[in-house]
Amino acid sequence: MLRYILHKLALIVPTVIGITIASFAFIRLLPGDPILAMAGQHGVSPERYEILREQFGFNQPIWTQYFQYVWGVLHGDFGISLSTKRPVIVDFLSLFPATIELSLFAMMLAVLLGIPAGIFAAVKRGSWFDQMTMGVALTGYSMPIFWWGLLLIIFFSGYLGWTPVSGRIALSYFFRPITGFMLVDTLLYGNWPAFVSAVRHLILPAVVLGTIPLAVIARQTRSAMLEVLGEDYVRTARAKGLSPGRVVNVHALRNAMIPVVTTIGLQVGLLMAGAILTETIFSWPGIGKWMIESISKRDYVVVQSGLLLIALVVMAVNLLVDILYAVINPRIRVR
Amino acid sequence: MTFMKSLLAATAVLALSVGAAQAKQLVYCSEASPAHFDPGPTTGGNDFDASSRTMYNRLVEFKHGGTSIEPALAESWEVSDDGLEYTFHLRPGVKFHTTSYFTPTRDFNADDVIFSFERQWKEDNAYYNYLDGISWDYFQGMDMPKYLKSIEKVDDLTVKFTLTEPNAPMLANLGMDFASIMSKEYADQLEAAGTEELLASQPIGTGPFEFVDYQTDAVIRYKAFPDYWGGKVAIDDLIFAITTDPAVRVQKLKAGECDIMPYPNPADIADLQSDPNLNVMSQEGLNIGYMSYNTTVAPMDNVDVRKALNMAINKDAIIDAVYQGAGQPAVNLIPPTMWSYNTDVKDDAYDPDAAKALLEKAGVKDLTLDLWAMPVSRPYNPNAQRVAELIQSDWAAVGVKANIVSYEWTEYRERGKQKDRPGAFQIGWTGDNGDPDNFFATLFSCSAIGVSNYSSWCDPDFEKLIQDAKTTSDIAERTKLYEQAQVVFKEQAPALTLAHSKVFMPMSKRVTGFTMDPLGIHRFDNVDVTE
Repeated sequence: MLRYILHKLALIVPTVIGITIASFAFIRLLPGDPILAMAGQHGVSPERYEILREQFGFNQPIWTQYFQYVWGVLHGDFGISLSTKRPVIVDFLSLFPATIELSLFAMMLAVLLGIPAGIFAAVKRGSWFDQMTMGVALTGYSMPIFWWGLLLIIFFSGYLGWTPVSGRIALSYFFRPITGFMLVDTLLYGNWPAFVSAVRHLILPAVVLGTIPLAVIARQTRSAMLEVLGEDYVRTARAKGLSPGRVVNVHALRNAMIPVVTTIGLQVGLLMAGAILTETIFSWPGIGKWMIESISKRDYVVVQSGLLLIALVVMAVNLLVDILYAVINPRIRVR
Repeated sequence: MTFMKSLLAATAVLALSVGAAQAKQLVYCSEASPAHFDPGPTTGGNDFDASSRTMYNRLVEFKHGGTSIEPALAESWEVSDDGLEYTFHLRPGVKFHTTSYFTPTRDFNADDVIFSFERQWKEDNAYYNYLDGISWDYFQGMDMPKYLKSIEKVDDLTVKFTLTEPNAPMLANLGMDFASIMSKEYADQLEAAGTEELLASQPIGTGPFEFVDYQTDAVIRYKAFPDYWGGKVAIDDLIFAITTDPAVRVQKLKAGECDIMPYPNPADIADLQSDPNLNVMSQEGLNIGYMSYNTTVAPMDNVDVRKALNMAINKDAIIDAVYQGAGQPAVNLIPPTMWSYNTDVKDDAYDPDAAKALLEKAGVKDLTLDLWAMPVSRPYNPNAQRVAELIQSDWAAVGVKANIVSYEWTEYRERGKQKDRPGAFQIGWTGDNGDPDNFFATLFSCSAIGVSNYSSWCDPDFEKLIQDAKTTSDIAERTKLYEQAQVVFKEQAPALTLAHSKVFMPMSKRVTGFTMDPLGIHRFDNVDVTE
């Protein structure tokens, strides 16, 4: 087991190096210039432009800039935002809890609905329920997040008035964050109505962000179940006269869950991508919205370090999933 | 004892609930997060709304809803006859905000004024470089270093600005956001503690609202400053709910999650106007969308060619198709709401036949030219690509072939200002200070060639008129000069003046006292809400 984990950890090193190169290069390959993007409609004089280039170090050879970036990161220095002048790590830490909260909720929704739906569809293969679930899953998977989010807002917030349009909590509640997780903070302050308000604000964005993972998980569960249900040991279990419930829930499900867990792990990366759009629509103050705004401002420092931080988080989650995978499937460990 | 305790508790609860019921709150759905709260180095309208217009004052300020100057932190001023000395008499008894992080020990005085400008001007000032890579874009952009010779304290309540040469727009410049007055006492205190950067995140000003809290990218909270020199404002709590998507802002307004919002999508305006709970205010923006011909490159060095190209364009059709009711055709470079606008100037009429004849007269055949389209949407030109396509087909009708070119926005402007750039270049301008000089000199003076004179146009008559207007402080005289400048501009046609935009501001009916501002500023000091 230890060897397995060490092996996985060793694989992370080249990946991280690759990500530093990719995140550093990505924003620089985009056309545009951070100094000119910051200046207003008056622009900056050529002399002033040179001074600023020197101050930011953009006049240095590109590889020097890269190594300075990596050197900083190795020393825990992720740089200072060109536009807000705040340290990137400070903004990341203050915004990241909002993204985690949203992602966790979305994932919970996807797992709690997706797995039962997949199992049921597999067991009742070919039934109207199966057809419908898979149809809906395909639609959910193909839905453009931006359109879907706006549609839900217009219907549930605008037309029915059931949910708030956007934000994290009603503006009448104001307290300084303790953990940055709104649900936790409201409870720590013992403010029950605030907690309810936070939950209400979380529903629509979580549904929007959870839609694609939900569809993927439901489909994956269904196909994994179908495969397992065709195995000899399931037939044997049935032949022994076990109840259908026991056959499905014990014999089939435990084996079918292995690929599903992998799928869930892989969704974490996609959740981060989805969070960018979801947060932008719902004015959710997380790292997705932060990234989008920083890209449009060509804030090189925030984009390169922000991408790296997000990638590190995704890799950490994937590593965790790999370990979990080894725990539930002993065969993996041997290899 | 127990009885007394309960009575006290009950009174306290009652007091709290009464306070809560009476607190007037205004929620503004703002369009973007501010970079920070120092109006000196920032450049965005959203930055200014969140800092200078809520928490700061200037020596002079723009009148609500107008572009003329009125006294603010300076009660009065004199300009010397040679136009070189401006003496400001400061308002006595003005207080700076008292917050959890700063308690002022003195009132506003001349030291604060000098500090507020020197920090942007003198490299040895402790605040000149107080944030990483800071740049004082507006102080530089308005040419303050060129015009300022000295700022001196005459006494505690008198400050004298000495200029290097007469510059009539100086007073309007001092009403701009970058000229906001900071507390020197607070700055010194931060400097002593080695935490200068807090000036940008924990602001202290003299303005109508004081800072309470900022949750990054989400919510900014202010409260009314009880000791405001202009009297405490009507609303108690001002909240900016940052909502970047315009469609979502509209939904929030309709759901009552905010009271007022800027920049709706043109497509949403009809729906907003039909909502019985909402008011939609509108005003002509202080801006111009135009298209610059490079007057130094043949055949556009010929005024007949430029005139012909202008006459071939069906401006009204473009305004209808692209601005969707949010624009009006521009005759002059400055919008009609600005002083010195010349109503006698007639626009080049749309006349393809006359355009053809004029091109023939100029000996131009089979003309092919680049037609530049901005990659971004701006109020003065919401869709430059579409405008380019319409112009392309108009020109095709008179035998001129246009190739549409576009680049990323900063790249676009960089390439556009090259002196030898070929073709017709779409661009625009939003007024900074309501002074005509800010349009004429910034965009078409000889010295702006290679900077923001995209036509590379240097006309001796026009130049003399605008330079004379700049050095005269008599408004009537300046008006005359600018009126003549507009005539020369139309005759010489260095650019097609396309449109001035219309700006919409939807708000809940409970909001009263809001005035739209031609400078695109959103200020809430006169606003009240009814329950």
